[in-house]
Amino acid sequence: MQLSPGEIHALLGENGAGKSTLVKSIYGVVAPNSGQFMWDGKEVEIKSPAIARELGIGMVFQHFSLFETLTVSQNIELCLSKAQLETIGHLGSKISTLSKAYGLNVDPDRLVHTLSIGERQRVEIMRCLVQDVKLLILDEPTSVLTPQEVAGLFDVLRRLSSEGCSIMFISHKLHEVTEICHSATILRGGKAIDTCDPRIETPASIAKMMVGDLAEQDAGYSKKIGTETLFKAEDLTLDSKQPFGTSLKHISFELKKGEILGVAGVAGNGQDELMAAISGEDGRKLKNVMWLDGKDISSLGAGTRRSLGMAYVPEERLGRGAVPDMSLAENTLLTHKVGFVKNGWVEWKAVKQYAKSIIDQFKVKCHGEFSHAKSLSGGNLQKFIMGREIGQNPKVLICAHPTWGVDVGAALAIHQALLALRDQGAAILLISEDIDELFLLADRMAAICDGHLSPTVHTEKTSIDQIGEWMAGTFINTNTHDTNQETAA
Amino acid sequence: MIQVQARTDSSTLMQFASPIIAIALTLIFGSILFIILDKDPIQALHVLLIMPLSDAYNVGEMLVKMGPLLLCAVGLSLCYRANLWNIGAEGQLLAGALGGSAVGLLFVDSDSSLALPITLLAGIVSGMFWAALPTFLKIKFNSNLILTTIMFNYIALYLLVWAVHGPLRDPDGFGFPESAMFSDATLLPTLIESGRAHWGVVIAILAGIAAWVILSKTHLGFQIRVFGSDAPAAKYAGFSANKITWFVMLFAGALAGLAGVAEVIGPIGQLVPVVSPGYGYAAIIVAYLGRLHPIGAIAASIFLAVLYMGGDLAQIEMSIPTAVVGMFQGILLFFLLACDFFIRYRIILNKDANV
Repeated sequence: MQLSPGEIHALLGENGAGKSTLVKSIYGVVAPNSGQFMWDGKEVEIKSPAIARELGIGMVFQHFSLFETLTVSQNIELCLSKAQLETIGHLGSKISTLSKAYGLNVDPDRLVHTLSIGERQRVEIMRCLVQDVKLLILDEPTSVLTPQEVAGLFDVLRRLSSEGCSIMFISHKLHEVTEICHSATILRGGKAIDTCDPRIETPASIAKMMVGDLAEQDAGYSKKIGTETLFKAEDLTLDSKQPFGTSLKHISFELKKGEILGVAGVAGNGQDELMAAISGEDGRKLKNVMWLDGKDISSLGAGTRRSLGMAYVPEERLGRGAVPDMSLAENTLLTHKVGFVKNGWVEWKAVKQYAKSIIDQFKVKCHGEFSHAKSLSGGNLQKFIMGREIGQNPKVLICAHPTWGVDVGAALAIHQALLALRDQGAAILLISEDIDELFLLADRMAAICDGHLSPTVHTEKTSIDQIGEWMAGTFINTNTHDTNQETAA
Repeated sequence: MIQVQARTDSSTLMQFASPIIAIALTLIFGSILFIILDKDPIQALHVLLIMPLSDAYNVGEMLVKMGPLLLCAVGLSLCYRANLWNIGAEGQLLAGALGGSAVGLLFVDSDSSLALPITLLAGIVSGMFWAALPTFLKIKFNSNLILTTIMFNYIALYLLVWAVHGPLRDPDGFGFPESAMFSDATLLPTLIESGRAHWGVVIAILAGIAAWVILSKTHLGFQIRVFGSDAPAAKYAGFSANKITWFVMLFAGALAGLAGVAEVIGPIGQLVPVVSPGYGYAAIIVAYLGRLHPIGAIAASIFLAVLYMGGDLAQIEMSIPTAVVGMFQGILLFFLLACDFFIRYRIILNKDANV
């Protein structure tokens, strides 16, 4: 594959297709076994990220590497060499100039922990820009941004590209690829199998190239309307435990049998706190705010709520949803103990058998049920966790960001599993930052902002614009429903 | 240039090789030490490590020391598996010795068959009580378990010293700080006629096996392992942190208390000011050397017991100070922790220094 100056090039492929390995070898993190890189017509050997940076290659990783207690300019200074610092002169003013030139809006003196996710990402991009980057590699840059922030990022990328900076862009959101990229390389099983011009393709046609013979497309699911309330929260108000957390304010909603309620919102607006309150992980005993099947569960612990038929898919897969250093069989037992624990004794044989069946059913790519959770790619681990939680036939499933960083094929499998569970009569709460996914799956929608939950609407009766506005919090004071509640409380 | 690099997978080989390398390094370092002390290192190591196993009497004495080490280490292994840093085995052992003695002394003139079980039970309960105090503080006030357990070690020590100088002192003992001798009915039977090896070591081995079964076969053991390696996952799964904390701490306290009472009604036969030469602390090394595995602890406790025995013999045979044993223990833990570093990291040599 090759890139010309100013080109925005997409790298596409399922999880485990080799995208990350490819960009890591370009950035010098891992060494290729064979082959060569040509840079400006000359053959180069990129042995370390430092060499890559010297050549003018910058990379923004999926997980940011910023020190929260340092300021923006200190963070940027950390990764510059002495020589670079000398040529730059005053770093703060350089950051301000670049910030203005590209509309990045990065204040060099702010502490990183006060920045939003989108702002942090811009700091990472800034870090590459101060080094006069000629090739910028972005690993799933949009997965953490609001629609508005994504638009902002694309403006920056377009400006960079018009100035001759090449951009390599990894994303699972195909409509973004068709929107911004000039060319695309599709990887499957570690091989570049196809190239295309995304400007003349549709997301559907690219998806087909990526996942091969996958016939069904992930679209056009029917909506359902439930009548019977399974889970209810009323006027749930809860102070945040962490100093930088969000307090929940007068949250009320109902989950109905055979229905998916989608909650949109930008990360850090109370989603984690809401999850913890519903799952019981929060640990504080409440009264008369949450009911399951008409039973007040507000004061019950997380384990008891699980045994009553609630299941959860958390946002963090490794380290919360699964224990990194334990096998998949052991991770099955983590939440699924019914039938496997008799009088306190674990029937490991049955657990292993069952773990195998999850692996088969959800096509989890791994060596076997003895594989450690940490050895799986994010998407595969997510499929496994989904399978484990769904396999318990929960009455209520709470699910956060189910397809974050997951490829098209796995996302399709997860979507279909969620819908199948809904059709079996479970009530599902789907918390996601991916608005498209919410519109695809949810039967009713709401948005969360600063710990307030908007009223719910049927998905057909709303629009991305309305939900987008709700995500920004427009419902908080103007909305009569909510103000009524506030006065009532 | 030398560079340290994190391994993608922790090395299973190092997991097992680390204790062996650590022991080897300790022996090399020890030899250097003996040369400096002007003692023949070969002879010193022979006395320290081989002689304790050379005849039946010495093996018996080694088993006497192995019992309390193993009992404490099994309990600590469970605590450390649950990521709870209980350093209080010494205090719990002393509490067990004190509580057990207080009850055992009620039976001085008795030959009741209940004397032994009641005394043992008193020791176990005392150890559990001593473990319960810091556990309560941890759960209620989130206090640092390392600090509180260490502090309770000293409180237990001085309580015992006070008791042996005061209320529990033998009235006919000419004012010596010792309790009366326990009655035969209270004493723990010995394994064989001669020697002092008693049933404590058998109970210790059974406790090790039981702990292993708990860890690997029961749901409770599974919860302990999850809680220790990934607390957020345990919380997510709805496991009760308090329940797990109470269980492992009380289990460790019970075993340490048992070790303490078995010392006074076993080899010692009365309550004296010095019940333990630091078994509770040495058990920390045993637990680590045994890879926090109850079965591994059995092998590790033999090694440390040999070292204790060897220290005594070295003093007699070669007039080497017993402080050498403490040094050996310290060096061993030091090398072990250093070697454990290579389970997760490796060193690579870069010929060109372009970093």
